[in-house]
Amino acid sequence: MQDFSQEFRSALRLILTGDPDLWAIVLLSLHVSLMAVAIAALIGMPMGAALAVGRFPGRRVAIVLLNALMGLPPVVVGLLVYLTLSRSGPLGVLELLYTPTAMIIAQVVLVTPIISALTRQTVEVLDAEYTEQLRSLGVSRLASVPTLLWDGRVALLTALLAGFGRAIAEVGAVIIVGGNINHVTRVMTTTIALETSKGNLALALALGTILIAIAVTVTAIVSLLGMRASAESGLSHA
Amino acid sequence: MRDLPILPAKDYPLIETEALRISRAGKVLLDVPFLVLGGRGPTLILGPNGAGKSLLLRCLHGLITPDMGRVWQDGMVLNAVQRGRQAMVFQTPVLLRRSVAANLDYVLRRQRLSRVDRRARIAGLLDEGGLAGKARQPARSLSGGEAQRLAILRALACEPDILFLDEPTSALDPSATQAIESLVRGAAARGTRIVMVTHDIGQARRLGHDIVLMQGGKVAEHNLAQDFFDAPETRAAKRFLSGSLVL
Repeated sequence: MQDFSQEFRSALRLILTGDPDLWAIVLLSLHVSLMAVAIAALIGMPMGAALAVGRFPGRRVAIVLLNALMGLPPVVVGLLVYLTLSRSGPLGVLELLYTPTAMIIAQVVLVTPIISALTRQTVEVLDAEYTEQLRSLGVSRLASVPTLLWDGRVALLTALLAGFGRAIAEVGAVIIVGGNINHVTRVMTTTIALETSKGNLALALALGTILIAIAVTVTAIVSLLGMRASAESGLSHA
Repeated sequence: MRDLPILPAKDYPLIETEALRISRAGKVLLDVPFLVLGGRGPTLILGPNGAGKSLLLRCLHGLITPDMGRVWQDGMVLNAVQRGRQAMVFQTPVLLRRSVAANLDYVLRRQRLSRVDRRARIAGLLDEGGLAGKARQPARSLSGGEAQRLAILRALACEPDILFLDEPTSALDPSATQAIESLVRGAAARGTRIVMVTHDIGQARRLGHDIVLMQGGKVAEHNLAQDFFDAPETRAAKRFLSGSLVL
């Protein structure tokens, strides 16, 4: 116990003194995961909206597939992206393996199905409620998409945060395609895994504390948004 | 100078149905071979639950394409331009998840009005519906009566030639119902053709110029309101008015 409290104290000191190595790792984590979520949103939201509003053969299958992809194991995603980016892989010429870009790509693959599936669900529920009214107002199916996305904004923000939570906490994909190279591709989760096995508990604990703080903050924002949304929608005709 | 002033004669749209028929799973839900809604109205469509009132209204508005038959307006098969000059208020108001004012702005924007014009129209409409103080409030937090009033104001913001209303007061208390009815009356007085579904005989009496009684997907009687209530021609109407079940 004596040892652990010592480790905790030095972990706290690392955080409070603004240790440059520590914060570089935190910033890289945020950079990779935020970029991944932004790109995944650009792909996933239109895809989800199209699945919700469109009527085409194979739509049901696509939806089931998309929902299933939400549970992709990060390690497998890492492996697939690794094979694609490796020297002999189809995108090997780009020489992206072991760069932050490779990590962003892996997390995009991981997060896009989550954002897309949640967008589809949100837009479909709203569409069921709005479709007659919008048709009555002369709004075409295609033109109704921006309306539906905007009116689903709270739920869509929740989807983004859920995607971010998944990306920032994930270790399996980034460690395979990033390689956990010091000062280059070392993010919070991979550092924690490495430093713990090396016995450098102070750094691991400091990063763990920050990671938990981020995760808790994200979850708190999600539930606050949810509460505000249900308060706004009223009880009389929710 | 012209010799004689030409009196502005308001032309009311003429709605006709031609052999309308909708069936689902072998059951005929709507069978209206011939119905003409002319004059200034309002037309009130009465009938028990499941008589096909809402279905008829949706056909007239072009929301549902019937299995057979057509709807005509002013001698033409109902087209997109005419549909754009119609509006509908639903039984459960469908309000956007935005402020009260933004719900009105949504339809005004589609008419490509300038920002200044839109703001003036919104203020006028909110005043008319007694919602002036609630412009910034989220629309979904309105009470049932206020929500339906906003839905009617939004429909009126389209300045429709024809306004369809599908039991707008079925879930409301008497005072909220009264507020809705006065909005409808005001719109009718300004020349909007009203076609309204209700199961409330009192409401049909208060608002109706002519009454369409529906029963089992068919029009049982179409008559002027006064004749319908004082001297109903059909057995179905007599039984409906006497309060017994029409099956």
